Amino acid sequence: MSIPLRSLPVGRKARIASVRADGELGRRIRDMGLVTGAEVEVIGRAPLRDPVALRLPGFTLSLRNNEADYILVEPVD
Amino acid sequence: MSYFHHSDEGQPRSELPTLALAGNPNSGKTTSFNALTGARQHVGNYPGITVEQKEGIAHCDGESIRIIDLPGAYSLTAYTQEERVARRVIGRERPLAVMALLNAGALERNLYLAVQLMEMGVPVSIGLNMMDEARAMGMSIDVPQLSRRLGVPVVETVARTGEGLQEYLRETLAFGRRFEGQPWHPLHISYGPDLDPVLKHLTESLDEEGVGCAPYPTRWLALKLLENDSEILSELSHDKPEVMAHVKEHIDEVEAHLKATLGSSAEAIIADYRYGYISSLLRGVLTRRDDIAQRMDLSDRADRILTHQFLGPLIMLGIMYLMYRITFSLGEVPMQWVEVFFGWLRNIVDVSMADGVLKSMITSGIIDGVGGVMCFVPLILLIFMQIAILEDSGYMARMAYMLDRIFRIFGLHGASVVPYILGGGIAGGCAVPGIMAARTLRSPREKLATLLTVPFMACGAKLPVFIVFSGVFFPGNEALVMFGLTLTGWVVAMLAARVLRSSFIKGPATPFVMELPPYRMPTLQGMCIHAGERTWEYLKKAGTVILAISIVVWAAMAYPGLPEDRVKAHEAAVADIQHQIDASEPGSVMRLSLEKALQEEKGRFSEEALRHTVAGRIGTAMEPVTQYAGFGWEANIALLGGLAAKEVIVTTLGTAYSLYDTEEDSATLAQFIARDKNWNIPSVVAFLLFVLLYAPCFVSLVTIRMETGSAKWAAFSFVFNTCVAMLIATTAYQILSRC
Repeated sequence: MSIPLRSLPVGRKARIASVRADGELGRRIRDMGLVTGAEVEVIGRAPLRDPVALRLPGFTLSLRNNEADYILVEPVD
Repeated sequence: MSYFHHSDEGQPRSELPTLALAGNPNSGKTTSFNALTGARQHVGNYPGITVEQKEGIAHCDGESIRIIDLPGAYSLTAYTQEERVARRVIGRERPLAVMALLNAGALERNLYLAVQLMEMGVPVSIGLNMMDEARAMGMSIDVPQLSRRLGVPVVETVARTGEGLQEYLRETLAFGRRFEGQPWHPLHISYGPDLDPVLKHLTESLDEEGVGCAPYPTRWLALKLLENDSEILSELSHDKPEVMAHVKEHIDEVEAHLKATLGSSAEAIIADYRYGYISSLLRGVLTRRDDIAQRMDLSDRADRILTHQFLGPLIMLGIMYLMYRITFSLGEVPMQWVEVFFGWLRNIVDVSMADGVLKSMITSGIIDGVGGVMCFVPLILLIFMQIAILEDSGYMARMAYMLDRIFRIFGLHGASVVPYILGGGIAGGCAVPGIMAARTLRSPREKLATLLTVPFMACGAKLPVFIVFSGVFFPGNEALVMFGLTLTGWVVAMLAARVLRSSFIKGPATPFVMELPPYRMPTLQGMCIHAGERTWEYLKKAGTVILAISIVVWAAMAYPGLPEDRVKAHEAAVADIQHQIDASEPGSVMRLSLEKALQEEKGRFSEEALRHTVAGRIGTAMEPVTQYAGFGWEANIALLGGLAAKEVIVTTLGTAYSLYDTEEDSATLAQFIARDKNWNIPSVVAFLLFVLLYAPCFVSLVTIRMETGSAKWAAFSFVFNTCVAMLIATTAYQILSRC
């Protein structure tokens, strides 16, 4: 069951199912290691709930909610 | 240098063996470069852009090696200026080899860059940096196995202690020498059944047309074309339009096919296969224990407080306030030394030279102008040291993270906050370091919008004007006026940014996706090198231009002089009064009134002289326009003078009001203003708003030119800000004078 990354609660781990962004944003997202199969965990949100902080193996990224909408994830236990 | 035709332009290649250093931001690249080259560095800018060009000399077994520090990049896909520069420099300089320094802790993503370098064909050697942290995170890497699979040297390093760096340098050099003089051997990755045939076909047609250009392999160029690489596509269509037409047709066909069958684009598929190649590379080489994040834990715990919903913003406010205090209170002392030094220099010239044009030019033009530039040096040094701390510690990324939601509304980026604060967001800042601080923004449109709006802030040089006028017209409420103006600066800057982002700097928000690096202790060496080189750069560039401009401004306010007979008449009058003073009794009423008359005569004369000059005539000529905002010719001249530096407004106003020497008694200026019928609440409000918002001073304009790489934006800023100021000042005057 794929859900948008935006709706993944803090502390929940997931695996990226697909990245649907094209062009500049898509390139940037992939360059930063957000590709199909990558394991992610939302570790926090900014004081105004946006952007979101994301943990990948070995590093932390932040991205805006509207950018996270392009990423579909499958929660894992 | 082009990807499609040979040319000999570009820098001459060095005699020394050359290596290039590449890596992700936050991979320890800068630290390694500093450790390898020490102080033997040379910093410049790539022509026309602000990406820094750094190189240095390292030593290996008694031999000198030239090392080019490539800008930090995550990829070579031409997403950022840094990436485009990196790959061009490699092609132009053709280093023996590229040292790809990777953060071992985030090995997969860091290899993404290294693999792309290998696809380009340049010999690459890999440095696994921060191995100590990677081990602490529970990672183990089979180094010999990785080296065998990639066919390149792999060396473990810890840049902060210097561990392994010499060995890494030696191995890279030896590896690069094996291929010296040979064409590049690019790495070929399979991009799957859909793309491999296309890639082959494109490569063949490029080869047939003979458009490839050494050292770039044609397969790499074909790959870039498939990746929809804007730079390479536009170069091909410019250099070989007929080939481009064919290529474009083919690519469009493939894209349509991919969209229909896989719902994806060639670019995305290429990235997936590249990451796939990396995971197969690391299978059996990299093992991660499941309980990762021991080192990360510390950073995470810090983040729980530092980016906490309530505490986070509070701490950030505190840090920004502290930064501002440190800069302007610590900076004040050396700033005064500089001022005292130039005052002393001025005095020497004053005493030792005969009165005349040359002396006036040296004192008012050269010494005051250069002194004005030098005054900023301590500020800039301090600002860049603190920015280095914020950046190197990892806190800057958190500031951007916390504030992005607000700044985004105005088409800016979370990181815009630092330039704003330094530029006068807290009254007393200075636009010059503010504009320079906009460098930390990696998004080009947001950066431009930020640095163009920083000059709207209430910088320290505007404060004396505010103080003098609010003291006369709003006695007892000076603080409120000051606060109101500072707030107005913020509102106008952010609204103007919004306007710019939907007109002159149109374009979607640059993707925010950025790394939140783990917190680290900044190194002193890094801090000093960072701050030192930026300051030197400012001095070199601003210094020369400002000198020329100050002479022009001085000339505009000195020429043409009054006719000879008028000067003679004035001299006679002065001599006459002086004679009477000498004859009168010291301390008598008579003598006092004579001394007053002398001052008045001198004042009248300087007013007349000023009005006669180019600046005076412009000021008078502008009256028909500026009267709608309530300014007379005196105000206009002062505003013109303020273009050189905003501090000049008060002194010029003094001169225009026939004050012989305003510095002696600034209260007198207030008296004159109070007496002048032209000044009333509406015109004063309009004047203060205008001073706050109009054209940036010349130092700021030169800085804008430097930072944007184009005089066009400096000119734009001059016109745009003045229009905004005129609009707001006129509106305020018209409304206030009607109620």
